[in-house]
Amino acid sequence: MKNQEKKSLFSIEILGIILGLLWIAPFYLMIVNAFKTKRDIFKGVLGFPSEWEFDNFVQAFIDLSFLKSLFNSVLITGLSVGIIVLFSSMAGYALARNKSKLSGVLFFVFVAAMLIPFQSVMIPLISIFGQAEMLNAAGLIFMYLGFGCSLSIFLYHGAMTGVSKSLDEAAIIDGANRFQLFWKIIFPLLKPISVTVAILNVIWIWNDYLLPSLVLSEANATIPLKMFYFFGQYTKQWHLALAGLTIAIIPVIVGYFFAQKQIINGVSEGAVK
Amino acid sequence: MQNRSPAFWLFLTPVILALGIVVVIPFVYGLVYSFTDWNGLTATKFIGFEHYINLFQEKEFMNSIWFTVKFAVASVLLLNFFGLALALIVTRNIKSNNLLRTVFFMPNLIGGLILGFIWQFIFVSVFGDIGELLGVKSLQGWLSTTETGFWGLVILTAWQMAGYIMIIYIAYLENIPKELIEAAKIDGASSFQRFKNITFPLVAPAFTISMFLTLSTSFKIYDQNLSLTNGGPYNSTQMVAMEIVRTAFSDNQMSYAQAKAVIFFLIVAVVALTQVYYNKKREVEM
Repeated sequence: MKNQEKKSLFSIEILGIILGLLWIAPFYLMIVNAFKTKRDIFKGVLGFPSEWEFDNFVQAFIDLSFLKSLFNSVLITGLSVGIIVLFSSMAGYALARNKSKLSGVLFFVFVAAMLIPFQSVMIPLISIFGQAEMLNAAGLIFMYLGFGCSLSIFLYHGAMTGVSKSLDEAAIIDGANRFQLFWKIIFPLLKPISVTVAILNVIWIWNDYLLPSLVLSEANATIPLKMFYFFGQYTKQWHLALAGLTIAIIPVIVGYFFAQKQIINGVSEGAVK
Repeated sequence: MQNRSPAFWLFLTPVILALGIVVVIPFVYGLVYSFTDWNGLTATKFIGFEHYINLFQEKEFMNSIWFTVKFAVASVLLLNFFGLALALIVTRNIKSNNLLRTVFFMPNLIGGLILGFIWQFIFVSVFGDIGELLGVKSLQGWLSTTETGFWGLVILTAWQMAGYIMIIYIAYLENIPKELIEAAKIDGASSFQRFKNITFPLVAPAFTISMFLTLSTSFKIYDQNLSLTNGGPYNSTQMVAMEIVRTAFSDNQMSYAQAKAVIFFLIVAVVALTQVYYNKKREVEM
């Protein structure tokens, strides 16, 4: 019995490893071929390069103006996620602590807005922001707050059920005002859900392509945006295109390496709720 | 915090403004504009349902809806199959389970645009080379036909999101009490019987969640569509989201595109509300 179980576990492990290899195969093929010359790729994409070519990466790095795109991505993602966490936590708290009908209606509106797909508001949105001359990074960050706050408020609102109301009362008796009470007592208690909210929004905003492509000029391009221009320039030149793609995903892999536990937990929490 | 308390409104003002300006106002404007000849800046007259009548007769738009529906069904089935299979593997007591979770989940963190470009290389060059090596004709010329473009998109989506669905199933699988499984084992239930009678019923809620989640995501896919097939050949692999973007920003038919966007909203909303309905029903039964 014991032996048989060991055997079946072993075959499951083998199956898992085969699937795992299959899953990373695209990345492996991307990296290996990014080191080849154009002629090498033409001869075949399955083997190793005849000599490892680093120049592809240098050229892709320059053509992607990678440091600049990285800076733009970090700035836009960082600021957007910062204000989403800041304002959604406040809103989630206020809505959870007010049991009136009005508060319930507002919460419903925020949740219902999640039903609206981006394409359904995209055209008037761009028109309105265009007329207000807000098609720039600041406008984009504000749009991310608008699109991101619904799910974030929903998650904060849910987490507030675990924060006892007696904390509020005690703090008020001690003479704290609402802001002090929220920032000093409630917000620290919401830290786990803040991590979840931040992770979900970082994944979305960092990778978003369509919205920034409509809002930002090429000079302010984020990584996905720049990647799109870059790829258009190098169709049929896979050695450069693949080197560019490899460079573009390095920041994500580094982030994943350092925070994989939080990321997987955060995504799991965001999905199941 | 009462309705009249200034703190309540101060806490809510930023998000009310943002949601209002970014989502609610454009949504309402969009509804209204879809009945006019709006060109992105000004509208001169109401044209009633003209756009709506036209779009149902437009072959390209109806094709994109049909293509999207087929894509969504195929992706949902494949995604849930792989999601559950991967979850069942990594929740077993195997040595590599943490490493495998990391690997399976990784594609989710990378944008659809970048993944689409990577898979363009895989389908065109790698499949081509493998096909040549093994003499399999069907592996060559991928993405150059509607059929291979369709399956290319399905495979890309399944590969990218299976790890996400896996995480949802894991959350449910790990909640199954170990004693239940042990008790069934002692009673002599085979591993298939244990799966069918214990595991499966207990992860059924996860199935509902994942099904609707994948359904609505597959409906809204744009980036992967753009970078993998760019709608080609001859716009035959163009999904609804891309069709709307092109009608608006390539053909400059703003109010017509907006009418399509309203139909798109209705489809997505029906899917989502069906989910809410099922969830409520299930809660009652439990």
